[in-house]
Amino acid sequence: MSDLGTSAPKGAQAHARAMAGTRVEAMPTVPASATLDLPHDVRAEAMLWEQTVPGGGYAAKELHRGARLRLIDLKGDACVSMLVFNAERPQERLNVADTIKVQWNAYLGAGRLLLSDMGRVLASLLEDTAATHDAFCGPSNERSNARSYGDGSNWGPCPNARERLLLGAAKFGLGLKDVHPCINWFKGIRIAPDGSTQLEAGPFPPGRALTLRAEMNIIVVLANCPHVLDSRHSYSVTPVRVSAWRGPVTASEDAIRNSTPESVRAFLNVEEYFRR
Amino acid sequence: MNDPSPADPPGRVVLDERVAARAAWDHVVRAGEILRIIDLEGNQAVDFLMYALHDDAERYSAQDTIAAQRNIFLRTGSVLFSNLGNPMARITATTVAYHDTVGGACSCESNTLRYGHHTQSQHACVENFLHANARHGRSKRDMVSNINWFMNVPVEPDGTLGIVDGISAAGLYVDLEAQMDFIAVISNCPQINNPCNGFNPTPVRVLICSRKS
Repeated sequence: MSDLGTSAPKGAQAHARAMAGTRVEAMPTVPASATLDLPHDVRAEAMLWEQTVPGGGYAAKELHRGARLRLIDLKGDACVSMLVFNAERPQERLNVADTIKVQWNAYLGAGRLLLSDMGRVLASLLEDTAATHDAFCGPSNERSNARSYGDGSNWGPCPNARERLLLGAAKFGLGLKDVHPCINWFKGIRIAPDGSTQLEAGPFPPGRALTLRAEMNIIVVLANCPHVLDSRHSYSVTPVRVSAWRGPVTASEDAIRNSTPESVRAFLNVEEYFRR
Repeated sequence: MNDPSPADPPGRVVLDERVAARAAWDHVVRAGEILRIIDLEGNQAVDFLMYALHDDAERYSAQDTIAAQRNIFLRTGSVLFSNLGNPMARITATTVAYHDTVGGACSCESNTLRYGHHTQSQHACVENFLHANARHGRSKRDMVSNINWFMNVPVEPDGTLGIVDGISAAGLYVDLEAQMDFIAVISNCPQINNPCNGFNPTPVRVLICSRKS
């Protein structure tokens, strides 16, 4: 018998309820309007989501067209793997190959689009003070984390990004086949002329951030785990703050929408999709 | 089968088929067998996916493959990894300097972005992959980033990337030694709006050879 007074239901209830109000670094703010970190020019009532995701943690959320999603690398050593789905029909999802091929560029940054496999924009990247991101290497998996840290299991101290993404996707009824090629935010991969990958591993100054705009109703799944090519022997990754708020649907005169002929057509395809 | 016997097959030939221009193809390859794909007329992109025979939720992963070898180009010696980090196949030989695995497959939908809505009715690799996979109960959720044999996608220092003129030629080939039993799926690329097929889709030849003993 424990000495916590939990030998009977009433005692267990009192013990459980006594925990209320505990604050830790990595937790959601509920309601989001009670935000700890209100974005500039945003009303608290417009907040949809605020959560600090720990190193090794994950999160998933449905966001509607026009919503903004901000990721802040609070301490400079986050690595956020991201999947994106069309929330209405999740067999439409982020296509990393199309994203770089259609935009004729392999490096993500402000003004770039995240494209689906149906020729539409799932999200656009409004702001980005990091500019070191990775569309090539994908998530760590249990085997790679076991090699790097001795253990990569979802229930151990060094969870891998693929299985964190799987859990996030599973919360929306999705499964193994839905964990598609991802983007890694905050850790950069550059390609040398011989094709080799150069990791920009940081750690970086704290507070680097990016803001996405949902261009469709989307499910985003995030996993915050060390980059698969991170060569440090310790499982090193710091928390990321995730915030989302309501915003207007992209207007026809939007600068990103009209930035390239490919972008215009991708937005036209979205606008056609929502013609209902 | 009208093609002459290959001069120097990598083992005893157990299957020898021609994949028509623009067509889909799939076949089981057993661990230890070698799959040879021959670019018969030159600069014909061959879009390629693999699914583990024991469970098709395990499949080729371009990202795991790139991370494992720290390089985006597939060359002799490259190991092709699954999404679970298991080796599926190894390139035991190729007479082309390198192959692509970042450019993805053409689709009717991405063609509307890259070239305009006038291309939407043209045949595309995703159509072939969906067609071949549907015969085995797989669907759109089984589409992932693929390999493009014989396709050239350089990345410049500022990140600029694109499908450019090929570096393959008639008769060049790639040999893949299976490390597990898998289903190979090919789309013999029908694209006519970029140089991946020299603007002229052509047939390719596929051999499956048992291991030389």
